[in-house]
Amino acid sequence: MTTKQRFDVVGRPRRRVDGRAKVTGQTRFADDIVLPRMLHAKLLRSPHPHAAIESIDSSRALAHPGVYLVLTGKDFPVTFGILPVSQDEYPLAPERVRYVGDPIAAVIARDEQTATEALDLIEVKYRPLATIATSEEALERPEPRIHDHGERGNIHRLQAFEFGDVEAAFAAADHVFEDVFFYEGNTHLPIEQHASVAAVDGEGKLTLWSSTQVPHYIHRALARALQMPAAHIRVIACPNGGGFGGKCDLHNHEIVVSRAALRLGRPVKICLTREEVFYMHRGRHPVLMKMRTGVTKDGKLTGMHVQTLLDGGGYGGYGAASTLYTGALQTVTYELPRYKFEACRTFTNKPPCGPKRGHGTPQPRFGQEVQLDKIAESLRMDPAELRLNIVAKPNSLTANWLKIGSIGLAECINRVVASSDWKRRFQKLPAGRGVGLACSAYLCGAGLPIYWNKMPQSGVQLLLDRSGQVTVFCGATEIGQGSDDVLAAIVAEVLGIDAYDVRLVTGDTGLTPVDLGSYSSRVTVMMGHAAIQAAEKLRELIADAAAQQLEVSPERIALAGGRVYLAGDPGKGMSFREAVEAAEARFGTLGAVGSYAPPRSPGRYKGAGVGPSPAYSYTACVVEVEVDQATGWITVPKVWIAHDIGRAINPVLARGQVEGSVYMGLAEALMEEQVFRRLPPKLSGALVHKIPSLLEYKSPTSLDMPEVVTELVEDPDPSCPFGAKEAGQGPLLPVAPAVANAVYDAVGVRVDELPITPDKVLRALELKAQGKPGRVGPERFPAVPYPEPLIVPPPWEGGDGKEVNRRARRAEQAAAS
Amino acid sequence: MSAVPDQVHIRLRVNGEDTPVSFAPYKTLLEVLREDLGLTGTKHGCELGECGACAVLVDGEPLLSCLVLALECDGRAIETVEGLARGPGLHPLQAAFADLGAAQCGYCTPGILMTAKALLEKEPSPSRERIKEALAGSLCRCTGYQQIFEAVEEAARMMAREGQR
Repeated sequence: MTTKQRFDVVGRPRRRVDGRAKVTGQTRFADDIVLPRMLHAKLLRSPHPHAAIESIDSSRALAHPGVYLVLTGKDFPVTFGILPVSQDEYPLAPERVRYVGDPIAAVIARDEQTATEALDLIEVKYRPLATIATSEEALERPEPRIHDHGERGNIHRLQAFEFGDVEAAFAAADHVFEDVFFYEGNTHLPIEQHASVAAVDGEGKLTLWSSTQVPHYIHRALARALQMPAAHIRVIACPNGGGFGGKCDLHNHEIVVSRAALRLGRPVKICLTREEVFYMHRGRHPVLMKMRTGVTKDGKLTGMHVQTLLDGGGYGGYGAASTLYTGALQTVTYELPRYKFEACRTFTNKPPCGPKRGHGTPQPRFGQEVQLDKIAESLRMDPAELRLNIVAKPNSLTANWLKIGSIGLAECINRVVASSDWKRRFQKLPAGRGVGLACSAYLCGAGLPIYWNKMPQSGVQLLLDRSGQVTVFCGATEIGQGSDDVLAAIVAEVLGIDAYDVRLVTGDTGLTPVDLGSYSSRVTVMMGHAAIQAAEKLRELIADAAAQQLEVSPERIALAGGRVYLAGDPGKGMSFREAVEAAEARFGTLGAVGSYAPPRSPGRYKGAGVGPSPAYSYTACVVEVEVDQATGWITVPKVWIAHDIGRAINPVLARGQVEGSVYMGLAEALMEEQVFRRLPPKLSGALVHKIPSLLEYKSPTSLDMPEVVTELVEDPDPSCPFGAKEAGQGPLLPVAPAVANAVYDAVGVRVDELPITPDKVLRALELKAQGKPGRVGPERFPAVPYPEPLIVPPPWEGGDGKEVNRRARRAEQAAAS
Repeated sequence: MSAVPDQVHIRLRVNGEDTPVSFAPYKTLLEVLREDLGLTGTKHGCELGECGACAVLVDGEPLLSCLVLALECDGRAIETVEGLARGPGLHPLQAAFADLGAAQCGYCTPGILMTAKALLEKEPSPSRERIKEALAGSLCRCTGYQQIFEAVEEAARMMAREGQR
């Protein structure tokens, strides 16, 4: 099927199948659910960034008229956490709070107003503890420990890998470049505030409707948190009002309303306030990074050494994976013979960080692409030419043992160079105006699930009946990206029907086969493969039945345009419905399942599970800026971006994903930052969120957004359904470094940290005017106690994908503990 | 407390229909629409007037319903996304938004549709710059706005063609 050259549905710009519901206000988000006898929950959150809880008295709150239940840490004895290795959270903190906003108690009342009033009646005695504000502080101050788990002190994770001898690679290089960069944290800011409704059904089983991207993971984690059989829990992912990674954890409030509904036998809803969404966070980690790169005089990379330091906030969350992602994908864009990667994640008394669009990879991508710009300048090479010269090879292995399939990066670079008129503009625009270029690569689905298993990562079930109705069941979750549309399109293409004739049931653990969820850009590839497999099984039955009726062989049957007919003779055939009737008569009830698990990655070393993917998408981007040298203000008039998508299932949605990524990349480059400040000592010295509101957390409006010229490069990848790769995350990655490089082209100063705000530009201009280096950014990278690296020889140095110093490492770890 | 009644009773004209409603007097128009009238098409993203998701038309003017007390709306005409379609047929703005990718997650969409409707009623063929200005109070995190601008322009063209017929 995927070898078919012409498609009726795939590749054609269409109204998305859920488009009508979205524009009529009929899409039912979690907070739109109203159930009879429903109660409302509110959470009491810690005003302290770090404190011991000495006592909680909720008796006055419970006595408040209209209050039905008050829950505290005592009601939740079991810890939870989305990753099996980080079970360090409590639904309600029993003894200790670790950031401003950590939930302590919940009130369930007849309405939100009553619940909010009762929160004020809960009396909590805190004993404030010393706070850890930054990664550097966490390294310097092992006490007080924010968690008992982790490596030691306030270090959560330490990782080190060496794929070939990088010091030898640097010695053999003509130049070695060393830079330190900082990428400030920022948050997802979905316009939908998280909401959940829990209810007990007639059989006594629990249903949770929630704004979640990962109903399957929530299902598993909730069963553990509530100590209930998973078979008695149904999680329904409502369409998300934006996710961007912020709805990937099991969240405190989801457990709280579930427990409350079970306790009261009544539906319980919670909808977080915008301020609470800021506290819950789970967004982009602030990352300090040091990059050393060896190059030959003609611009070939000889080796790279990346060190990262992540500020993880108060809990583990996805942090163990985030840590590895700050280095895992540095190797898939350009030819890189040797690579060393060291990473450290610290605990601090701030909202926990986690996955945001690009999960851990935009930060090192920023550093790498800005450094390449510096390298190009130093070698007097055009930055586009330098990159074209080193693009990774298709169907190759990387130094860290990732398997690359198709690569459309050279084409992407050529496209943006042409569309932006790069050659006539780079270094040639008047002072104050400039263009910058950057590239990137991203996963099309994480190769491994977050818990170890050998089962499929996506399952699709199809039911047909004699009415001609096609119903598709899949656990995939619609977060706005268009997963429902992709599912309908793929099934429709295989069965030769219209996408709008497919009925969809998605994101419901009570009804749908498991799909791991909407994260890591995995849905189109994994769900798509499973959908093709299921649909082809049914296509075969339909073709068999139709062939029998038409008295021809089944290979000669075509399904297209809602008809089943003799290929080449459309007059000889029947409607799709008639063919389904014939098939049901012949084979009985018609159903089929399909499933998909990615191929095993060749990497065998410990830590090789983060980075592998069935395919990688590639992007190139040119950004134009105008910099006001009096104020430092940066305006972006235009962005050109080309994305190697393999094939666009629905080009309207693919373009939307690319442009939305450009938007979010510009936001992170120029304005968004999740930052904290200390109150004065007389006010406890507490660490508080500087701007927990939409007004002050600056994000781009319609007036800030430049024109974006989007090109989709379609080079179908044989590992992907219809050749389709991802589009939702990769295109964010090159935007911020392209902005930084454009600022340099415009005014000759380097701002090596994000966001690039006017004050930083002005400071750099002042330094330059004083004859100093025109650079603003981190001055140093602290001493991080990285362990002895795992030594993994790259494929071309005789390695087999395993570390060669496992025994020595084990001994070191044993001695350390 | 005694001076403040538990419930107040007013009449709104919601999407052209006379709509009597009783509610607690502190409630915003947003809350009354969503909670007391079951019109959940209107969304909220902050309830502080910062995101634009809750925009509805009050006597034809786009207002943030989270900042308006419902009590102030007695006798006034309220238009919400539920009233935008023409029977089973979509309003040109709705059709253009659905066709051109202007609604991704769809959460900001109702507020933007209503704001754009008010714009097109005043200015049937606005420039791109005017559209940007009119929508500057409505935050969208998904689209990067460009497909929204294009959809408003397409709707304006559709409405102009309809007007000629």
